[in-house]
Amino acid sequence: MNISLNITETIQEWLIGFMPEGVASILGMSIVALIYLAIFAVAGLYLVLLERKVAAWFQLRIGPNRVGYWGLFQTMADALKLVSKELTGTVKADKFLYNLAPYFVIISSLMALAVFPFTKEFQAFDINIGIFFLIAISSVGVIGILLAGWSSNNKFALIGAMRSGVQTISYELSIGLSLLTMVLLTGSLQLSEIVETQKEGWLILQGHVPAVIAFMIYMIAGTAETNRAPFDMVEAESELGAGFHTEYSGMKFAYFFLAEFINMFIIAAIATTVFFGAWLSPFGITESIPWLGVFWFLGKTLMLVFLMMWFRWTFPRLRVDQLLTLEWKYLLPINLVNIVIMAIIVWLNLTIKF
Amino acid sequence: METTLVKSNFKSEEYFINMGPQHPATHGVLRLLLTIDGEIIKKVEPDLGYIHRSIEKMCERDSYQQIVHLTDRMDYLSSHINNEAVCLTVENALQLELPDRVKVIRTILSELTRIASHCLWWGVMGMDVGALTTYFYGFRDREMINDIFEETCGARLTMNYNIPGGLMFDIHPNFVQRTKDFIAHFKTKLPEYDTLLTGNVIFQKRTKGVGVLSKEDAISFGASGPVGRGSGYSCDVRKHHPYSAYDRVTFNEALKTEGDTFARYQVRIQEMWEAMSIIEQLIDNIPEGEHKVATNAVIKLPKGEYYQKVETARGELGVYIISIGTKNPYRLKFRSPGFSNLSLLNHIAVGGKIGDLVASMATLDLVIPDIDR
Repeated sequence: MNISLNITETIQEWLIGFMPEGVASILGMSIVALIYLAIFAVAGLYLVLLERKVAAWFQLRIGPNRVGYWGLFQTMADALKLVSKELTGTVKADKFLYNLAPYFVIISSLMALAVFPFTKEFQAFDINIGIFFLIAISSVGVIGILLAGWSSNNKFALIGAMRSGVQTISYELSIGLSLLTMVLLTGSLQLSEIVETQKEGWLILQGHVPAVIAFMIYMIAGTAETNRAPFDMVEAESELGAGFHTEYSGMKFAYFFLAEFINMFIIAAIATTVFFGAWLSPFGITESIPWLGVFWFLGKTLMLVFLMMWFRWTFPRLRVDQLLTLEWKYLLPINLVNIVIMAIIVWLNLTIKF
Repeated sequence: METTLVKSNFKSEEYFINMGPQHPATHGVLRLLLTIDGEIIKKVEPDLGYIHRSIEKMCERDSYQQIVHLTDRMDYLSSHINNEAVCLTVENALQLELPDRVKVIRTILSELTRIASHCLWWGVMGMDVGALTTYFYGFRDREMINDIFEETCGARLTMNYNIPGGLMFDIHPNFVQRTKDFIAHFKTKLPEYDTLLTGNVIFQKRTKGVGVLSKEDAISFGASGPVGRGSGYSCDVRKHHPYSAYDRVTFNEALKTEGDTFARYQVRIQEMWEAMSIIEQLIDNIPEGEHKVATNAVIKLPKGEYYQKVETARGELGVYIISIGTKNPYRLKFRSPGFSNLSLLNHIAVGGKIGDLVASMATLDLVIPDIDR
């Protein structure tokens, strides 16, 4: 295998053989973008299937099992149905914003995928502010939700959107701070370097107590960030019907739906990268075969995705004021103290390294 | 949870929102006109009439045997008990002495109905506070009761098993064994309900101190059933005015004094345990005998006014018949538990959040056809 820094450069180097450098660069990026788009649209669909299967296991049911073996083509069929459906809209909606909103949501989630180190080579975009980029990009999605709620001229959608705004702004803090705690340990925001540091032990082990606390806060905040139960204020179906996407149908609804699942994947993937050593295998058992890293990465991510699904199918929903109480009165102070503890640990060199 | 309103410079405006008639939390076609300030409820105004079928007027047209069938369609989750209410009124008016067998079977069926109804309520309650899994657990156990009913009555929802003068058929030979099996099964499953939902810290935060109803208010609003008992108002008809075989069993009236949503929840869970104990006391010694006494093909009640109340899964159901000696009632009035319980919704929901309204409404256990007859 050609050892280069990442997948984009590999493709570009190959293309330069046939064409001028500028064209090769643009074409290379487009090819990588298309590959990612194709992979993650399908991955999103299979996450939906997994969610339905997990829900079924929790709820004494079988789950989808008619379309394809084990229901493997069920979500494909659903997606086809959604594509072919009519795009309805409300008459008094703000048409421009109404049509724009789904793209904010889906683009922000797809963009975040670019920086993940699936293996050492399979990383589209290795910028030196990787973590910062992830936090920044993942908070763009809330604009789409706010726009969707506001522009569809529906009171239930508006309540849902406002709840989403208040929730995302609050929990963004916890996500940022808990990741910052880990950054103290690595001393770098670049994801590839964060992974390199973990060759001496996954960060959750290196940072021991504060790292575990940071991980727990991260998972709680991450669940809230993706608007999933027990923090699904935004689309609390027993309170608001469908919440912010009440007025959306067909493919526009599908964008919101897909974005929710890709976001869940992203939250789990960040946790994998920062806490569980990304593509690194435990004790380096498959170090000689680098491409196996992608299985380790996906395996760890799916475990965390399963954890989030587990939350969803067992917990009742919090009330909106309890949600804010949890963040501002508990998570945030704990987080701040945790950062100080982590700083002291790093300063006194009390980390565990193998 | 206490919330203090801080005076702010933001200009806020109350707005109006329609919750229902097509809304997941209203469990049917109830329409609530909400006046909200942000998330805080200022006023709840139930708007009824979407499924009014004028059952009371239809009763004036029908014979007493036919009226029983209409009552299935009121509170469809306790159809056995509704049937029993009408039958008891007619039997009392005719001064029929029923065989013991009928009384015992009716009591067992009523308690099974109560468990089935509470199972469904529990599932829906969980769903209303956001725990979707409870629904399937509740339905799993309800399904077993429905199977028992199906075997004995031939119906799963609208039973029509009681007739004035007794029961339409005798019980199925499997009935006793299957009921015992169910009780054994449910005794292991009911603690599961507690571990899944009752003990959950989020659930307790959502329900404790929410939708508080004082005992005085419960009485003045005419609350009955678990809603009244959750507020410490001892109003169990089975205890205070025993009918059928309730005078020969011992059971505790589930009472809580907190009056909040969690208390009403606990009362219903407790009632499921009590219902199981009632069934256990009766199931082993169902007396032998006839399953009905002969009545005239055309029942004519003597002139006069008759009232009988029973305890359905939702509360006190009263049947008031005025007869002028013909084969139809001159006027028939149902005092349905859901209607009175709905009337206090505004009282308990104002000042709470939308989520509180949904949680409180879930513990009122509204069945809309019961409210809108």
